[in-house]
Amino acid sequence: MGQYLLKRLLIAIPSILGISVILFTVLALAPGDPFEELATNPNVPAEVREMLRQKFGLDDPVAIRYFRWLAAMAQGDFGFSFASRIDVGDLIMQRLPTTLIIIGLAQLIALAIALPVGVYAATRPYSIFDQIASTFAFVGFSLPPFFTGLLLILVFSIQFDWLPFVYRADIEATGWRWFWEHVRQAIMPVSVLALFLAASLTRYVRSSVLDVIRLDYVTTARAKGLGERVVITKHVVRNALIPVVTLVFLQLPALFGGAIVTEQIFRIPGIGSLLISSILANDTPVVMAVTFVSAILVVLFNLIADILYGWLDPRISYG
Amino acid sequence: MSEPLLEIRDLKTHFATDNGIVRAVDGVDITIRRGETVGVVGESGCGKTVTAMSVLKLIAMPPGRIVDGQILWQGRDLIPLEADELDDIRAKDIAMVFQEPMTSLNPVYTIGEQIAEGLRRHEKLSRRAALERTVEMLRLVQIANAEKRVHDYPHQFSGGMRQRVMIAMALSCSPKLLIADEPTTALDVTIQAQILELLADMKARFGMAVMLITHAMGVVAETAQRVVVMYAGRVIEEAPVDELFANPRHPYTQGLIRSIPHIDRAATTKKRLEAIPGVVPRLIDPAPGCRFAPRCRFAMPACRLATPALRDVGGGHKVACILETGGLPQ
Repeated sequence: MGQYLLKRLLIAIPSILGISVILFTVLALAPGDPFEELATNPNVPAEVREMLRQKFGLDDPVAIRYFRWLAAMAQGDFGFSFASRIDVGDLIMQRLPTTLIIIGLAQLIALAIALPVGVYAATRPYSIFDQIASTFAFVGFSLPPFFTGLLLILVFSIQFDWLPFVYRADIEATGWRWFWEHVRQAIMPVSVLALFLAASLTRYVRSSVLDVIRLDYVTTARAKGLGERVVITKHVVRNALIPVVTLVFLQLPALFGGAIVTEQIFRIPGIGSLLISSILANDTPVVMAVTFVSAILVVLFNLIADILYGWLDPRISYG
Repeated sequence: MSEPLLEIRDLKTHFATDNGIVRAVDGVDITIRRGETVGVVGESGCGKTVTAMSVLKLIAMPPGRIVDGQILWQGRDLIPLEADELDDIRAKDIAMVFQEPMTSLNPVYTIGEQIAEGLRRHEKLSRRAALERTVEMLRLVQIANAEKRVHDYPHQFSGGMRQRVMIAMALSCSPKLLIADEPTTALDVTIQAQILELLADMKARFGMAVMLITHAMGVVAETAQRVVVMYAGRVIEEAPVDELFANPRHPYTQGLIRSIPHIDRAATTKKRLEAIPGVVPRLIDPAPGCRFAPRCRFAMPACRLATPALRDVGGGHKVACILETGGLPQ
């Protein structure tokens, strides 16, 4: 197992390096200049811009810039944001917790809904419950977060004025009030994401359970007189969850991408909105850092999914 | 004769499909007495497995439905029982061994866990005591190195070994009846003989009754005391095993026995092995009359009028054929 892990981590290094080369080249080839706005500002002479470009080495060949970036990266230095004038590492650390909390909560709520609903629906296929659950899952899956998000804002913020629709990281309150304000502003974005995730997960759990429930070993378990509840939870769900767990972990990095839209709608100061604003500002070091971190997450979660898969299914061995 | 342990009376199990209702089991009577081995034979699709599964209500409902009949276990009807009452009988009184050892064990639990969970449920054993009993059972079914292998997963066993595990599991709570649904069909020929021998050993040791479902006449001849022949969802003949092979009365049974290959005869006479022409009829809206009539060499117009009832012709030999009543519908 330890050897397998080491092997997988060693294999991950060249793929992460490859990703970084591609990302860096694409960003270098992309049009736009971080000092563009200086060019339109008549108070900044052209020489100052040139000096800035030289100071940051923007006129060097791409290869040299890449190795400079790589050397800094290896020491944990993500670079310097042109737009915010602070270290990219600090910028990411400011934004990451918010995104993690929103996505983490949404994923947990989605699982808490999808597992029981999907399993119960599958044990009674084509029943009223199953049909209602399937309809909701279909609707939730079909409505994009930017639509449900706006709908919730219209109803709960504009119509009833119950919930704030702009997410604020700096709430001036302490103790319970501070906590309550955070909960209040998180309700809508978390629900929007959770609804979307729960919808697709429910369908997946349901079909996975349906696949398992007809298998021979489930009949064996029933023939032992274990009782339907034990048969379902111990023999069916345990097996049906193997593909579900893998799916959840493989989807987690994609979730960061999916959260961008939601973060834009609710003005959440998270990683997604950081990415958008840095792209708009041509702030390449930030764009590079955020995309690179997501790439590492993809590789990492793939590894976690593989390890979990082997842990859940004894037929898989690591060699 | 000892008292009946299991009495299946006029059992009808039907399945709803898109094309109509499949009458998989359509009026089956089978009686099994304490300690005896009853062979249930017939072609694929004649309702043997559905009959067996109906006893413990292991068929998928829906689409399956027990439409009519009684399943008397020591005089008590199992059909109207609540799920938890039936669970007390499953494995404890009536245990099953299935056809496919490769898929009948849960891949994510060790075989020890899977045998022990039945013991803990029915015998109320502690985790430790259940494990000890499990190892003991594995030794009985001749699994070498049982105390180590009890912690292995199903994929670490071959098909024959898994069937041994299934037998150990089925017998762990000392059931009074073992329903073995084609326990050797999926196995290699050499392994088949070993499993049948093991079943005979276990029967000698535990003294349970056995309902052995098979489509191999040879298996029945070796192991059963009484044989029930099924065709298209109905019992068409029933007799003690020697009587059935010596004196088969139903044309279908005669055909089945003639289709057993004999290696000695084939070499000397060079005769083609006889087969029964045609296939089992579809069980959706079957035509009235004897269901074997379309394939029967003795079929006459009267056969297609009414379904012949199972009639005792003496000596515990029962036949459902119009020939037994002199060509007249009963």
